[in-house]
Amino acid sequence: MSEDLPADVAALIGEVQYEEAGDFPVERGYIWTSCASVENGNPLFWDDKVAAELTAGPIAPPSMLSTWFRPHHWAPGRDVQRLPLQVHFDLKEQLGLPEAVMTDNTITFYEPVRPGDTITTGQRLRSVSPEKQTKLGTGRFWVIDVEYRNDRGELVGIESWTGFGYRRAA
Amino acid sequence: MTADILTLDAVKSGDELPTLSYAVSATTVVVGALATRDWRPQHHDYHFATERNGVRDIFMNAPNQAAWFERYITDWTGPRGRLGKVGFRMKDSVFPGDTMTLRGTVTDVAVDEAGCGWVSLDVTMHADDRLATTCTARVAIPTAPDDNPWTRRGESWQPEQR
Repeated sequence: MSEDLPADVAALIGEVQYEEAGDFPVERGYIWTSCASVENGNPLFWDDKVAAELTAGPIAPPSMLSTWFRPHHWAPGRDVQRLPLQVHFDLKEQLGLPEAVMTDNTITFYEPVRPGDTITTGQRLRSVSPEKQTKLGTGRFWVIDVEYRNDRGELVGIESWTGFGYRRAA
Repeated sequence: MTADILTLDAVKSGDELPTLSYAVSATTVVVGALATRDWRPQHHDYHFATERNGVRDIFMNAPNQAAWFERYITDWTGPRGRLGKVGFRMKDSVFPGDTMTLRGTVTDVAVDEAGCGWVSLDVTMHADDRLATTCTARVAIPTAPDDNPWTRRGESWQPEQR
């Protein structure tokens, strides 16, 4: 880990922040919307007999993981749209790096997500690099894990993001 | 139905998955954004995409690309295929009017210490002749016709291992 990292940022490494529950329970209408969007005919999502045999009932496509947490376009009483990866935007601010790009995204899948589950997420800063010079400018790479759990507290997935926050080369 | 089950003994490093080609329209991009609750305007608003982002059109969002990769991989494995891990790197965008082409190659076949059969894949998504996204995936498939990776939990499911 970088020695020149501000203490307030260093203190966040390994800590879970922004634990929040998704707006709605997982539901089959959205599962079918997702399958339709990519013409996914996997019988696991369309044929209850196959789902009963293989997964003890219906499940959601694993790749929908982040969808269950993303806020809907509008909700009563909400005036500010939440940012899905707030730790990333906090780091830009704390480190004074106005620009940022995401370079890598990895998702690991654990317990299947099922209709009726409400998914809770927490964001965990894993690491922040020393300052580096790239084609884009000077800045730091960071890795943020988003951990997803169901109502039973079981881990359903971890999404890992690598970001690069930077100042444009003058 | 046994004949339809892809088992680990039928797969070897270097095998190629069948190619999938798809004509992307504005509807493909917009339905994909809606299906992933991604309301950012560059995925549905032509004027925002061209005037603010400076790209030629609206473009496919990342979570919908993940859904395309899943569909591509499980078209090959069948319903017993269980994704363990996927990693993405975006290099270029997929626009309406592009022909999107997915290709995949088996890079490793292994059985882990829990007895789970794993296939590692390199998958690419091209938009016309531009490489848009690369994906590495680890998918569990049955080691025998009566095996079912979906029954694995806890210690017997180790998707993070290389």
